[in-house]
Amino acid sequence: MDEFLSAGFLHRAFLAGVVVSGLCGVLSVFVVLRKMAFIGVGISHSAFGGVALGLVMAMSPFWTGLAFASMVALLIEWARSAGKVEEDTAIGILFSASMALGVIFLHLSRTYNVDVFGFLFGNILAVGKEQLWEVSLLALGVAVCTICLFKEFVFLSFDEAMAWVSGLPVTFLRYFFSILLALTVIVSIYLVGIVLVEALLVIPGAISRNLAREIKRMTLVSASVAVAATVVGLGISYWLDLPPGAVIVAVLCGGFFLAALRARKARMS
Amino acid sequence: MALAVEMRDLTVTYNGHVALEDVNLEIEEGKFVGILGPNGAGKSTLLKAILGLVKPTKGKVLVFGQLPERVIGKGGLVGYLPQRPLNNPTFPVTALDVVLMGRYGKVGLLRRPTPQDRELAMKALERVGITHLATRNIGELSGGEQQRVFIARAICVEPRLLMLDEPTVSLDACAQDELYELIAQLKEEMELTVLMVCHDVGAISRHVDDVVCINRRVHLHQPPPLGRIGLEQTFGCSVEYLFHGEVPHRVVRSHDG
Repeated sequence: MDEFLSAGFLHRAFLAGVVVSGLCGVLSVFVVLRKMAFIGVGISHSAFGGVALGLVMAMSPFWTGLAFASMVALLIEWARSAGKVEEDTAIGILFSASMALGVIFLHLSRTYNVDVFGFLFGNILAVGKEQLWEVSLLALGVAVCTICLFKEFVFLSFDEAMAWVSGLPVTFLRYFFSILLALTVIVSIYLVGIVLVEALLVIPGAISRNLAREIKRMTLVSASVAVAATVVGLGISYWLDLPPGAVIVAVLCGGFFLAALRARKARMS
Repeated sequence: MALAVEMRDLTVTYNGHVALEDVNLEIEEGKFVGILGPNGAGKSTLLKAILGLVKPTKGKVLVFGQLPERVIGKGGLVGYLPQRPLNNPTFPVTALDVVLMGRYGKVGLLRRPTPQDRELAMKALERVGITHLATRNIGELSGGEQQRVFIARAICVEPRLLMLDEPTVSLDACAQDELYELIAQLKEEMELTVLMVCHDVGAISRHVDDVVCINRRVHLHQPPPLGRIGLEQTFGCSVEYLFHGEVPHRVVRSHDG
């Protein structure tokens, strides 16, 4: 145990993991209630294009990925409101386009020593001091915005048309939430990677829906579940020497089935 | 008499087809107006145009003499009950939360509802007679109770115009009558102008002052009792009459041929 806590990189991994998963847990409630699961997939995968672009241009993949993901998030929102293309079709096109660009960029960069696998599936043990700061500050910013606009986001999820009639700036809130989602996806890439971010955006919300009946409570449960799964997952991955991101997702999935089982039992009795 | 709603040569095009065409309409303040018409006639579009949810292709709408966007932006002049107010029946909020949402526009961004907002929300629940359900989850309530919650949300901004889009469509006959009574009572107590989209000719003729019949165009605008010819113009076919009275009775006109 002493060795476990004193190792610097493990310490950072735990801190980053707790911060990121807590944030994902909060946003997850809205992703589930607004039925945005596929939008999450679209935004996270489109980050790949940005990350690869960063590698080609020798810039920080963190910031290029962020720019790419935000842009795609805004485009998805726009396609959704303009109604020219079906929303899921738009997401399918945008994220595959972005991933294709990513592959081309990677080929052009001719750097084969880049940790592409780490971006795709997460490499939390490689989080450095500076990255921990970046992640924490961004996560804090997103969390503060979400808490400040909590009541608006609840109304938006409940009934957009009525939110508009009540005088809320619905268009602004929709685009703003998309940006918050994109930022969350980017900070989560360190933890679980582009491919598995979706798990953190959907499963905590889905679990808490089975455990809580009031939305503030649901948000608390969702954030706690996400943090708990991350801590347990990191622990297991350390002791069994397994990839941390994948283990965290597996723990979350297990949690979901347990919660669903419990809800089923509660309904039957 | 001041006008609550005024439409001048209003045309609304929706996904390439014309939903409303050259509508001219004046609704005086304090009236209870029923809106009647077949499916797809543009009844809901008419309400949405008043709310500014759909934009006119031609012509204009004025609500209390102002453009809808300006009235809505301030929040409070118009209360609205949409056709299907509960998209997600397991949404984790209580009846009181739902009513409070009606006040969010007035509360403003980054602010929390004050105790006064809560009081107004409770008062709205009291007006519709369901204070005892305040802490129950919205999805646990019956159809009629849910409609009352959504009406409470519409009136908790203390509006001057209340618009209801088929408020009784999923209710049984008994609950329907109770809801119409409630709406008529709210109109009197709060001195509202009421606009109600409705399929029930009988209910409309009992409660409303004026009837607007639409089938893309506004066909007529006359006080009840409704003429059969007017109804048939609107619906484009022979019309069955169904009225409630002391003893329920029913007059059916058969199609020719």
